Amino acid sequence: MEKFTTLRGVAAPLPMVNVDTDMIIPKQFLKTIKRTGLKEGLFYEMRWTADGQKKDFVLDQPAYQSAKILVAGPNFGCGSSREHAPWALLDFGIRCIISEDFADIFYNNCFKNGILPIRMPKEIIAKLMDDASRGSNAVIEIDLEKQEIKGPDGGTVHFEIDAFRKKCLMEGLDDIGLTLEKKSSIDDFETRQKDSQPWLHAAS
Amino acid sequence: MAFRKKAATPPPEPPKPRTLFEKIWDAHVVDRQDDGTCVIYVDRHLVHEVTSPQAFEGLRMAGRKVRRPDATIAVADHNTPTTAGAMDDESRIQVETLESNVAEFGVPYFDMTDPRRGIVHVIGPEQGLTLPGMTIVCGDSHTSTHGAFGALAFGIGTSEVEHVLATQTLIQKPAKNMRVAVEGSLPIGVTAKDVILAIIGRLGTAGGTGYVIEYAGRAIRELTMEGRMTVCNMSIEAGARAGLIAPDETTFKYLDGRPSSPKGGAWDLALGQWRRLPSDKNAVFDSQLDLLASDIPPMVTWGTSPQDALPITDVVPDPANAPDENRREAWARSLAYMGLTPGTRLVDVPIDRVFIGSCTNGRIEDLRAAAEIARGRKVASTVSAMVVPGSGLVKAEAEKEGLDKIFIEAGFEWRLQGCSMCLAMNADRIEPGQRCASTSNRNFEGRQGRGGRTHLVSPAMAVAAAIRGTLADVRDFQ
Repeated sequence: MEKFTTLRGVAAPLPMVNVDTDMIIPKQFLKTIKRTGLKEGLFYEMRWTADGQKKDFVLDQPAYQSAKILVAGPNFGCGSSREHAPWALLDFGIRCIISEDFADIFYNNCFKNGILPIRMPKEIIAKLMDDASRGSNAVIEIDLEKQEIKGPDGGTVHFEIDAFRKKCLMEGLDDIGLTLEKKSSIDDFETRQKDSQPWLHAAS
Repeated sequence: MAFRKKAATPPPEPPKPRTLFEKIWDAHVVDRQDDGTCVIYVDRHLVHEVTSPQAFEGLRMAGRKVRRPDATIAVADHNTPTTAGAMDDESRIQVETLESNVAEFGVPYFDMTDPRRGIVHVIGPEQGLTLPGMTIVCGDSHTSTHGAFGALAFGIGTSEVEHVLATQTLIQKPAKNMRVAVEGSLPIGVTAKDVILAIIGRLGTAGGTGYVIEYAGRAIRELTMEGRMTVCNMSIEAGARAGLIAPDETTFKYLDGRPSSPKGGAWDLALGQWRRLPSDKNAVFDSQLDLLASDIPPMVTWGTSPQDALPITDVVPDPANAPDENRREAWARSLAYMGLTPGTRLVDVPIDRVFIGSCTNGRIEDLRAAAEIARGRKVASTVSAMVVPGSGLVKAEAEKEGLDKIFIEAGFEWRLQGCSMCLAMNADRIEPGQRCASTSNRNFEGRQGRGGRTHLVSPAMAVAAAIRGTLADVRDFQ
């Protein structure tokens, strides 16, 4: 996983509420057995008409074609567990999403892919949405170490993030590797469970 | 009083009352960091073709094995055809990839010809692979279904699927506890689906974010296991990763004798532990919602979020009356997508398609409830309707009971098992502008096919709609 330390880039505004994972990437793109190349499907139905004409979706507008940050409406990423949603965002180049709140599974999936989801209060989102709507001048800086967002006018706001998740993002850690370091604890747990709940270890 | 003496040590504190969630959580903590992040053991891992290929590929690249193949079960369900026809190339490759992965890593698998094959959340309970007190995960958000058994069950992404395959654990922080109580008995014509739609309508689509919801109260206790699964299944539509219902005699009766349920002495041992799982009397919940069963009528969704649920007797709402700015915008967008005008009576909304099935409502009891309304009636000439059983065993049982004949005579198509038009990954989908009464769980834009319009209802309500050709009140058919 690519490390996340600082990020400087254009922020695109997406003020809709309840952007669900079916919108982020519709089902026809879930047939892949790979995790790359998914930007083709990103927000597909919002970007393309049924007969293949380009709509004027924000990420297709010249100012936002290289956006790295998305400022989104509340409850972003609700719905399905499909990790194809963060894969598609990442493939487009989005490394940070700022919203009032995120659906749990999507929020979790972001961290596994080096994407930083930031929760912010409504007033700050309103300000950032306003900044983002200024197009290619809407350059926002994220400093994960300091937990700060610096807006285009130079003002900064602090954000909260779980210490463990921060560490994993900053160091680009493989959390399977981290968990495997605790192998003996897992072994011990299984030994105890086999004893107290033997039916959980019978061959299925 | 002369005998009274000072205690040398203070009396031991009574154990802190715990919720069902806390009991399961505590019993599965392998490791706890100072910041509260835990390594949680996973007892059962369900795997399907759509969210697993990249996870197996990750294992292969890192030279890792599946730690507990015996705690894992794989099945193809999301992308499989419901007719005898061939699959498109991409879908076929996805199923073949699952087949080669399970062979390589030694994971038990119900193959495409196995009569036990079906929707992952239908077959787990059916096989007794879902048991009280377990932790259960799957790369699918409707894993919450299994909470009906008093198991902590939730959906995970593909990276976490890989993590579970490799370590049999997950890195998690505990959720908050919410209790939703539905007191009293359900009126005639009102089902588990109406209950959960009413709950989501009250909580909102993000109201359960960060919580595990425990459903309680008489109306919940009176539900069958199938009904309880319908309720827990849609917890995620309220934002809650997991739903839970305390295991009781209904649960134990359902599980007794299932292929993977404990047998003999192990059954007795398990039963003793399962009876201690329900939340303690004074357990503290972070949030509470109370509903009266008698206030819940048959429900239908009108918009593009499951929270857009209303009694079938109501009318299409006006965005001008939305409770806040966010909802006003969302309602206006929903109405435009759904092609609906405020003030229209919901029973006057014409429909083109009917889908009965899914992990929400594709079990035998659902098909029985649907068949009861369909018996001796005909699907309207303007409607195309299909029934997709949740598993091969549900299909076989329905056929044994003659339900297939009732459906076919009424004009429904009787299909092969799978997820089908719930997410429309296979060939089953609705056309742009078509309107569908569906027993599935999501009415998102494009969910059942680009431009398709979904109204979520119970199985009986879906049949009522098929017959009338409009959304309809099932109570008029009883």
